[in-house]
Amino acid sequence: MTELVTGLDALAAKVTDGAKIALPPDYSGCANALWRAVIRRGVRDLHLVGVPVFGYHGDLLIGAGCVNVAETSAVTLGEHGLAPRFTAAVKAGSITVKDATCPAIHAGLQAAERGAPFSVMRGLIGSDILARRDDWKVIDNPFAENDPVVAIPALTPDLAVFHAAKADRHGNVWIGVRRELMVMAHAARDTLVTVEEIVDGDLMADPATKAGTIPGLYVTAMAEAREGSWPQGLPATDLVPDHAHLARYAQMAKTEEGFAAYLAEVVTGREAAE
Amino acid sequence: MSASPSSQSDVQLEEILIHTIAGMLDGLRHVAVGASSPVPGAAALLARARSGERTRVSVLGSEDHNFFTDGGKELFDCAGQGRIDAFFLSGAQIDGNANINLVSIGDPDRPKARFPGSFGSGYLYYVVPRVILFRLEHTKRTLVEQVDFISAPGFSEPNVYRPGGPFAMITDRCLFDVDKERRRFVLKSVHPGETVESIAENTGFDYDVPDAVPTTPLPDAETLALMRGRIAGEIAEIYPSFAKRVFGLEKAA
Repeated sequence: MTELVTGLDALAAKVTDGAKIALPPDYSGCANALWRAVIRRGVRDLHLVGVPVFGYHGDLLIGAGCVNVAETSAVTLGEHGLAPRFTAAVKAGSITVKDATCPAIHAGLQAAERGAPFSVMRGLIGSDILARRDDWKVIDNPFAENDPVVAIPALTPDLAVFHAAKADRHGNVWIGVRRELMVMAHAARDTLVTVEEIVDGDLMADPATKAGTIPGLYVTAMAEAREGSWPQGLPATDLVPDHAHLARYAQMAKTEEGFAAYLAEVVTGREAAE
Repeated sequence: MSASPSSQSDVQLEEILIHTIAGMLDGLRHVAVGASSPVPGAAALLARARSGERTRVSVLGSEDHNFFTDGGKELFDCAGQGRIDAFFLSGAQIDGNANINLVSIGDPDRPKARFPGSFGSGYLYYVVPRVILFRLEHTKRTLVEQVDFISAPGFSEPNVYRPGGPFAMITDRCLFDVDKERRRFVLKSVHPGETVESIAENTGFDYDVPDAVPTTPLPDAETLALMRGRIAGEIAEIYPSFAKRVFGLEKAA
């Protein structure tokens, strides 16, 4: 049964030190209110997995000292430029980056969701991405002659964490077409979700919503968080990215002092409101 | 098409680039646009508008111009099957062998500079037939003899599955063709204000220069009107700052 929790702190308590966590990109559903609560808890040593990239929330976690591994195809603030805390941490050598390419992340998660040891994919051969990944192997296509392919081992996150528009009381979460969230939930051992609204009724009752719904089977715990993706938007809702805020973040986070001021104002300072 | 050529003075560089890229997309079935790609995005939307909507366009991060329904993986699955004809890649560095670097300068473990990362390049460069490289800072710092990190190689060994690869490279100074046999860039045209010499002065790798190198054509008035009207509005959904800077457009609420 999906646990319905009240308040983000109770959900944040389930994000434990050292967890490997699948994160969606900024244009999908980011549980930013939850991440602020997690930072306030002072969690450490997270291994972030961008599915297939991450942005603002990962940069915030890195800047707050919560992360030691970033496994991702990119870290970006989109039009707001480089993710400043990620960039600074890599240059200082304070986090380890496992660089990937987008379909390799998807391939690893898909192996995990089907319980297979690995997936194979084209591409990658001759790149330094592959050269620097000891955990990926070039193998011969057993069905052809002289045809090297790359084996990507199953990627099983401890947690998938994201924000969605709505869920019902059975723990069924509607994600619409953002189906990378479905793959994340299938692949991860546990899934934590925040939603704009927990609705009455059963999202599985109508095929129109059922098609875009993650069954409660995969959802460990969830909580309501209004505007829980702020300062990012949320697909299929009226919530759009707060570009003025994101531009301000990109500017402040360029220095450690500026980032500290941002944390004090936006993360620790929002405790009462969240 | 009887539209008169526009005067050079009121055409912006971005509009020349968008027009030039769109010319490489006309007639294609499906063009996909990835992250951080406002100029290619606008070009793809322009090609679609001119095709009478026959060219399909999917723009990453867009809700209005993206028909995928199977999540983040679908773009790559689609490309792997050969269902995407053109894509766009850039690089912090690009070298004369068309290798691209989206990761770092110096030792990747303690880099002098770190960029966002390789995104889908480690796959799409191999499988999309017409990959158009774009780099809007054409200097010896960016167009180098050899990249520091290969996110994706320009060319592959004969036994590596490689239906895709570089088709052309456009910069803020010029357009290069790609000679796939000789694995070299070939200067195709220089943008207004540039010369064969100015390109040589600012390029860090060797490339071929034909006897005659024309100036990159300007968009005609009809194309400009389409770009500044409909296309500006469409690209503003994903790249509001770009639309504001180039087209003076605020995104409609």
